[in-house]
Amino acid sequence: MRVPLSWLRDFAPFDGDPAGLGATLDDLGLVVEEIQRVGEGLGDVVIARVDEIALITGADKIRRIVVDAGDGPIEVVCGAWNFEVGDLVPLAPVGAVLPGGFTIGRRKMKGVVSNGMLCSGRELELTDDGEGIMVLNRVEDAHPGQRFTEAMGIETDVVFDIAVEANRPDAWSIAGVARDLAARLGLPFTIPVVDGRASAGVGGEGASIETLTSVRVDDAELCPRFTARVITGVVVGPSPKWLAHRLSLAGMRSINNVVDASNYVMLELGQPTHPYDLDRLGGGGLVIRRAAQGETITTLDGVVRVLGRPGPGLDDTGEDCLICDAEGTPVGIGGVMGGASSEIGADTTRVLLETAYFVPMAIARTSKRLALRTEASARYERGCDPEGIDRAADRFCELLAMTAGSTASVASGTIDIRGDVPTPVKLAVRASRVNDLLGTGFTASQIAALLDPIGITAEEVRADDEGPDAGVLQVTAPTFRPDIRPAPMGESDIIEEVARTYGYSRLPRRMPAWPQPGRLTVYQRDRRRLKEVLCGLGASEAWTSTFVGDFDQTMSGADPPYIEVTNPLVESERYLRTSMVPGLVRAVIYNSERRQGDVRLFEVGTVFQYPESPPVDPEDGPPADMSERLCAVFCAEGDDAWTAVAAWHAIADALAIADWSMLAAGGPTSAVLHTYRSAGLSSVVETPPDELGIIWKSTQLGVVGELDPYIVGSLGLLGRDGRARRVGWLDLDIGTLLDRVSVPRKPEVSRPISRFPSSDLDLAFAVDNDIPAGGVERALRRAGGDQLESVELFDVFRGDVVGDGRRSLAFRLRLCSIDHTLNDEELAELRSRCIAAVEKGGKAALR
Amino acid sequence: MSSALDIDGLVKDAEASISAARTTEDIRQVATEVGGKRSPLAEAHRALGALDPGARKELGRLLYEARTTIDALVERRRTEIRFAEMQATMESDRIDLSEFIPGTVKSSPTRGHLHLVSQTRDALEDVFVGMGFEVAEGPDIETDWFNFGALNIPPAHPARGMWDTFYLNLGAPESTLLRTHTSPVQIHLMEAAVVNGDLPIHAVMPGRCYRRDTPDARHLPVFHQIEGLVVDKGITFADLAGTIEVFTAAYFGSDIHSRLRPAYFPFTEPSAEFEVTCTICHGEGCRTCSQTGWIELGGCGMVDPAVFDAVGIDPDQWTGFAFGFGIDRCAQMRHQIADMRALNENDIRFLRQF
Repeated sequence: MRVPLSWLRDFAPFDGDPAGLGATLDDLGLVVEEIQRVGEGLGDVVIARVDEIALITGADKIRRIVVDAGDGPIEVVCGAWNFEVGDLVPLAPVGAVLPGGFTIGRRKMKGVVSNGMLCSGRELELTDDGEGIMVLNRVEDAHPGQRFTEAMGIETDVVFDIAVEANRPDAWSIAGVARDLAARLGLPFTIPVVDGRASAGVGGEGASIETLTSVRVDDAELCPRFTARVITGVVVGPSPKWLAHRLSLAGMRSINNVVDASNYVMLELGQPTHPYDLDRLGGGGLVIRRAAQGETITTLDGVVRVLGRPGPGLDDTGEDCLICDAEGTPVGIGGVMGGASSEIGADTTRVLLETAYFVPMAIARTSKRLALRTEASARYERGCDPEGIDRAADRFCELLAMTAGSTASVASGTIDIRGDVPTPVKLAVRASRVNDLLGTGFTASQIAALLDPIGITAEEVRADDEGPDAGVLQVTAPTFRPDIRPAPMGESDIIEEVARTYGYSRLPRRMPAWPQPGRLTVYQRDRRRLKEVLCGLGASEAWTSTFVGDFDQTMSGADPPYIEVTNPLVESERYLRTSMVPGLVRAVIYNSERRQGDVRLFEVGTVFQYPESPPVDPEDGPPADMSERLCAVFCAEGDDAWTAVAAWHAIADALAIADWSMLAAGGPTSAVLHTYRSAGLSSVVETPPDELGIIWKSTQLGVVGELDPYIVGSLGLLGRDGRARRVGWLDLDIGTLLDRVSVPRKPEVSRPISRFPSSDLDLAFAVDNDIPAGGVERALRRAGGDQLESVELFDVFRGDVVGDGRRSLAFRLRLCSIDHTLNDEELAELRSRCIAAVEKGGKAALR
Repeated sequence: MSSALDIDGLVKDAEASISAARTTEDIRQVATEVGGKRSPLAEAHRALGALDPGARKELGRLLYEARTTIDALVERRRTEIRFAEMQATMESDRIDLSEFIPGTVKSSPTRGHLHLVSQTRDALEDVFVGMGFEVAEGPDIETDWFNFGALNIPPAHPARGMWDTFYLNLGAPESTLLRTHTSPVQIHLMEAAVVNGDLPIHAVMPGRCYRRDTPDARHLPVFHQIEGLVVDKGITFADLAGTIEVFTAAYFGSDIHSRLRPAYFPFTEPSAEFEVTCTICHGEGCRTCSQTGWIELGGCGMVDPAVFDAVGIDPDQWTGFAFGFGIDRCAQMRHQIADMRALNENDIRFLRQF
């Protein structure tokens, strides 16, 4: 909201440096976004008449202009083309200093000397128009040589651009800002009293309103208070300069004296009003009712609006308040926008003024449903003052009587239809509670003194001296403060007002202390470790979009339905991702297109699956299937499935996972993507005593492997040989992986290190293809028991020698005892035990 | 024998040969047989010249249609075969990934980098852990109740305009959404604490949030916030101001201070915005801070009694404060990142800087 200082001064004698006032407004929560000085540097600008316009040889943008500013011809060069000979324009002569400190000098352009500058509204910092220069022909009494400020009625002023919080409808007005500011500065604040009837024009007190119009309210639930005034003998015309200038400073265009008066009142007092042309209202009156379902109206902006239909929002049953003429024809959407049919026109002579209170929630819903937000609806939905209506209507009548010609006459009386409007909130406020919440030591009387200047009255009902923290105040919040709730919540609202008027910056500070230690959970620490492992493998962390399109979902291999966004920003981002692979592949492509495609990337994030059962009770929590996953793609030179496998080994080692398995080719892999050479990862909880490749109980952890080259290729991720890049890929459900119950870790108890020498034993087996090497390794480890220090696969070989459907797997076993050196018999015994364990079941044989 | 019947039979024969093709080589041959220069189709086309103009036109059209049908059938079969062959190759190329031989994979000569947002989040978490806070997390998808209702923002509340919400097609319209702030985690924490009887709460809640903002240099529709909540006995606004000040100095440096000014949030009362000394000019005044010396960082306040009411905490026994601010914004300020969008472009040159 733009607030001119001169306007604020109508309410209290504000003085001093604008920057200081700005800081005070900030500290009151009326945040000043910009302080603009207006009219400064305009003292040197004069009115000039254009006498001659000539082209300059060799120039097609600028022209030579001769003007007269009262004492003879002055030649200037100008780049604007929006004026003609005879027009009055503002001239900044040589030596003038314009707003912003720009000094006008004598310049030569294309051989023509320019002795000054013709100015645009933007150059004078008066309007945003920088296209053409200002043409002042319509300015009353303007003449060449006159000071520009004098002709325009401009005084130097300061405009504060203030962001008003949504809960402060009262402060969304000049008077409201002035009230808060005056309270803080200890200045007297007064709203001048207006008498709407006494201020009538020469016509004197007009006829009684009842003889001129009628109003009926059929729905007092949507419109609890409606008042009407009538002004007759109105001559519609331009507003006086001072009024138009104030509106312009506040950021509004001057339209005509009637509309301007309405806008002026809204800016000044925060109360919207709506003037109707009484002669264009069928039946000469108004009826306020609820819109029927599907009823239509053409609003002032020329759009046909359909009303009375339930909207998509929660609890939106489609209740719109409709203003109709006495014959039932809609003439406006109550509190939102008027209709075109009864708009004030040049020929309007009788004005019916509506000043009303509409129910904020209903206005909010109507405005949202129609996507129609106006100055009026924005104010009504926040809550206008139902008791501020009379003052606003009076002020309107006063302004119109001043501006609408000598025949203007305000009809006597007001039509006032009053239902259930909010009343002042009364509640008890404990001084002890104020101090408990603020950490202060205010007495009840100090609190009362802080509240009084902002219009909140506080009466001491229990004095401070009746005991420690005894003070209790009976507080009454005026109707212009709808943000203050009744007890018990309202006590906090009053406490905020105490803090605000006292000044947040003056409140005490202390660092609280409590006995509970701060910490990360085990899960959070493990997750950090996981990321560090990936970094150690040369992978950098990416942040890819949560929103994906159809192609990404297909690529992820997830079956529909997907969770869909109702209102996506773009069509290609209409779903929530089911996998992070597409995002990471896109990130690789982004880098590849910049000749830096040799990357390893990972992301830890949430993926979303459509829930199996729809949400039931919203208070039960989120109705969707979400899981936190780690996804990595390995796309550096030479990377492939084995890079991802190595990464998994590093992770399993860092997390000390007790036992895990990788399902062999042909085994069930995850269905999340068309993959190539992939394997499912699982944590092994229980295996049968000595069966190869069989697991009794395991928990799925994710997938490791290589992306389908067909997909990689179709995305355009190609290697130097023109073929699809090989991309190793790892995708883990870390919610499960880091859960120490479903995924047991190695025991915390330390194992002593043997001080006796160890012996290595190499064993090669021919193993059926359907038995994973990991199963053989597990069988060996089990058979070796405590005396097997390590086992490692060191050679894989396929060929005729081994036979069809089998391959040779060679393991190196390191054997060692904790308390002696193993002798030959013991080693032989261990060897045969290990061989027997692998050969049992007939799926493998020692070579 | 009419010419139309002739063509139908021709197409049928072609269709049979096409579907009989099993390999890429098969389909190549079949394509020549049914559509090549010596195909019946080509023969028929050559014979057109002998016909009178009327018949020529009619038969020409039928032949063209037949050609289109046959070409499409060939193309479809070719794709099917190519896909099947690829599947077969991949199937035969499947290997046992547990045959991993340690030491055979080239390790990376360089270390990877944590994303700047992660680093910032970790640093913020560490500061708060040092101040006695736990770290809690919550889901990205919430119901209206957790994101708005329980936070004292009923449907159609004008304050909802403060958050442009992405709604989801799940359940009733506008009943589920992507959280617009981390504040719903407060509700989860307080509800759990009431159920388990383990108040007090001292926690920070980092996480991803969503607002329907068009991306620009200062806004991303997906962003990260960190929220703080303390619910304990005897907690005052002074504790809030003190906590913000200690955090500011600990994270930004001892010459960076904080100040509070009144603001409005439906879930806190009194509410405040907190500003910190401009990290660019250190309070001297510069373009970044619009010559004020201060930069707005986040919002905070004392937990509103309506929020306590929604979760069943007695506001006369417990008081609390909450605060929240952007993690990405902190990173942007501290590292002077001109355009926020650099954060999710995933350009490796950017990622490796931090």
